Amino acid sequence: MKSNRREFLKLAGGGSALALLVGSGWIPTRAWAADDVLHALAPGDNRKEFEAHTIDELVKALGGTQAQLSKDIDFTAPDIAENGAVVPVEVQSNLPNTKLIAIACATNPNALTAAFHIPDGTEPYVSLRMKLAQTAKVTALVQTDQGFFYAERLVKVTLGGCGG
Amino acid sequence: MPDPTKIRATVNGDVVEVKMLMSHPEATGLTTDAAGKLKLATTPHYIKTVTVACNGRTVMTGDWGPAVSKNPFLTLRFKGGKSGDKITVTWNDSAGETRTDEAAVG
Repeated sequence: MKSNRREFLKLAGGGSALALLVGSGWIPTRAWAADDVLHALAPGDNRKEFEAHTIDELVKALGGTQAQLSKDIDFTAPDIAENGAVVPVEVQSNLPNTKLIAIACATNPNALTAAFHIPDGTEPYVSLRMKLAQTAKVTALVQTDQGFFYAERLVKVTLGGCGG
Repeated sequence: MPDPTKIRATVNGDVVEVKMLMSHPEATGLTTDAAGKLKLATTPHYIKTVTVACNGRTVMTGDWGPAVSKNPFLTLRFKGGKSGDKITVTWNDSAGETRTDEAAVG
């Protein structure tokens, strides 16, 4: 009799804990298709450069072959970002005939964050705030008439920027 | 309708610096599951293209993805502008919304 009561209490307690977990959203109630590669773009957004997951793929999607490391790109990003949702980045290209400045991070769900087309007369400079999913190397990619060049910086993120 | 973009443009020598603060949720639609893995939970909603023009001359276009921060803050610099010129900032987002705002170079 005593042991039955104990069993019952155990079951009841366990059950309510489970209900609490489901209710609070800790246990997903909907099953998701297991995708190795996350497609994080809106429906109808088929821009191929945004589907790249590495810097190499990104350079190819933008029409290049390979990017070279360059010291002529001033890339400013914080060493430590407390909040991955707001990471200020600044790119100044000192390369002649800069046509495009792209900001990317290979460990984000989509490598490319933003690409800026720079017409003649506009300074090859851009400053923007981006999201980082985790501690990562952030890449500033610059296209000139000589090809693609990049600079990168490691940003340590203490709180991820997507999916709070 | 989203709030207007705040635009501040100043002349510094022969360079005009334009700072823009857009009002946009920039939702990735992602959540983390119990295992800490990223999952797409809702439809992403983000700005896809941004165009900045000075007196009708395009000074920059941007192709953006979901990783731009909420309420995007963008700074750019261009030559050939003067005080009183009209700066136009237009964005189009993944939900088909668009917004155009204007300001004069101060």
